Amino acid sequence: MNKFGFAISQGRQLNFDEMKSDKADRLLEVEPSYKWCIGCGGCTASCSAAGFTDFNIRRIHTAFIRGQYDGLEEKLRRCMLCGKCLLVCPRGVNTRSLIINMRRLLHD
Amino acid sequence: MKSISIIGAGPAGIEAATVLASQGITVHLFERTASPMKNVADKAFLFPNFAPATDIVEAMGKKLLNNNIVQHLDTDIVAIARQDGGWKLSDARGESHYTDIVIMATGYEPFDAHRKEELGYGIYSGVITSLEMEKMIRYQRVENSMGERPKRVVFLQCVGSRDEKSGNHYCSKVCCVTAVKQAIELKRQLPDVDAYIFYMDLRMWGQHFEELYRSSQQEYGVRFVRGRISEASGTFDGRVQIKAEDTLMGLPLKLTTDLLVLMVGMEASQGTRRLGSACGICGEYGFAQSVDPHLRDNFTAADGVFVCGACKRPMSINDVVNDGRSAALAVLECLGH
Ligand code: SF4
Ligand code: SF4
Ligand code: SF4
Repeated sequence: MNKFGFAISQGRQLNFDEMKSDKADRLLEVEPSYKWCIGCGGCTASCSAAGFTDFNIRRIHTAFIRGQYDGLEEKLRRCMLCGKCLLVCPRGVNTRSLIINMRRLLHD
Repeated sequence: MKSISIIGAGPAGIEAATVLASQGITVHLFERTASPMKNVADKAFLFPNFAPATDIVEAMGKKLLNNNIVQHLDTDIVAIARQDGGWKLSDARGESHYTDIVIMATGYEPFDAHRKEELGYGIYSGVITSLEMEKMIRYQRVENSMGERPKRVVFLQCVGSRDEKSGNHYCSKVCCVTAVKQAIELKRQLPDVDAYIFYMDLRMWGQHFEELYRSSQQEYGVRFVRGRISEASGTFDGRVQIKAEDTLMGLPLKLTTDLLVLMVGMEASQGTRRLGSACGICGEYGFAQSVDPHLRDNFTAADGVFVCGACKRPMSINDVVNDGRSAALAVLECLGH
C-alpha cells in the first residue's frame, strides 16, 4: 500500500553493496587500461554513432563497470568499431578492445 | 671565493641572484633573451589577486640594479660540461664561462597547441591559446577572427597536459585557475559575452582559488561543463564548432563559439632539457630533477648544480619566487655561510 502518493523504486538506486561485479572484474583483467578511465566523455564526443542515436559509449562502459549489464548487449551492437574514440582518449584507454571484450563477456 | 652562475633571468633566477647579492656575493646571471622576465612580461594580471603583471616585472627588474649581479643578456647557454672540479658553460656565440656553482633556473615552455591537431589550432583562426587570450585581455582587444566583439568564448582545460597523446601525463597546475581568472577578466571587459569552461577536473588548489571559482559563477555567470572537447571544426561564418560530451547529462553536445581558448600546459624548456641532460639531472618529461622533493628540492645529483623554479615542474609565479630564494639558501649552506 502506498499512502504517500509516490513509490520508492528499488531499481533507481545503485546498490554498491550488492553490485554484480563478476563481468566488470573480468573486463578489467582482459582490458586493464580501463582502470585509468576518468570518465571525461571524450570517447562519446568523438563517436560517429553517438550524435544520431542514443548510443553513448561512455555511459555504456560506466554502466558495465558498475555491474548494470541490462540492455548493454543490444546497445553495443551499434558500435561500428571505427576506433575514433581510441584516438581522442586522454588516458590512452584501448576503447576498441574494451568494446570487443564487453561484447564477449555479455555474450558468455 | 667560489664563482656562482645562474642560468635564466625569470622570477626564480632573479630572486636567487638577489638573495646571494644581498650577502655580498657576486653572481653572474645569464639570460637567453634580451630582457629578463620574458614569460611574465606578456601577462595581464596574475591570479589570485589580479596583481598587474607589469608591477611584478618592474619590481623584479629593480632587484637587478645591484652591483653584485652581473647580467649577461642575450646569452644563450647551450652547453654545460665538467671542468677542473667546476663547470664550463658555453653560449651560443661560442664563448665559454667558467664557474664553480650553477643554479639552473631555465624554466618552462608553453605546450605547442599545433600538436593537438584535432583542436584546430593554426587551422581555424577562432582557435587561440591561453597566451594569446592573455594578450588580448592585457591590451583590451578581445576579438574574434573577424576583428569583432565575440558573443561567446569557450575555454578548454588540459591541452597538452594530462594527455596520453601529447606524452604528458602530468597536470600543469596553473591552467585551471588561469581559465577562471581569464573568464572573469573577459566578463569584466565584455559583460555580455557568454563564457564557458570545459573541464575534466577543476583543480583549485591554492589560497583563494576556490573563491575565485565561486565568484566566477556568482558574480560573472561563467558556465562550467564537465566534458573533454574531442574536436573543433570551422563553420562557414568563421566561427568554431566544438564537440564534447556533457558528462553530467550523459549526452553528446555541440556548441558554436567565436573563440575557443586552449589552456596550454607547461613543458620543460629546451634549455632545461639540454642542460639537464648534459649534467645528468634530466628527470621525467625533461624537467630537471632535484635530489628529494621534500627536504633537498634545490639540490641535484650533479656536484655544484642547483635547481629552482619551473625547470623542475609546473609551478605558479609565487612558488617560483620562493623556490629561487630557497635555492640561494641552499647555495649559502653549501658555501658554509
Ligand atoms: S575518453 Fe577515455 S578517459 Fe575519457 S571517458 Fe572515454 S575511455 Fe574514459
Ligand atoms: S569504435 Fe564504436 S564507440 Fe568508438 S567511436 Fe567508433 S562507433 Fe563510437
Ligand atoms: S591545472 Fe587544470 S587545466 Fe591545467 S592540466 Fe591541471 S587539471 Fe588540466
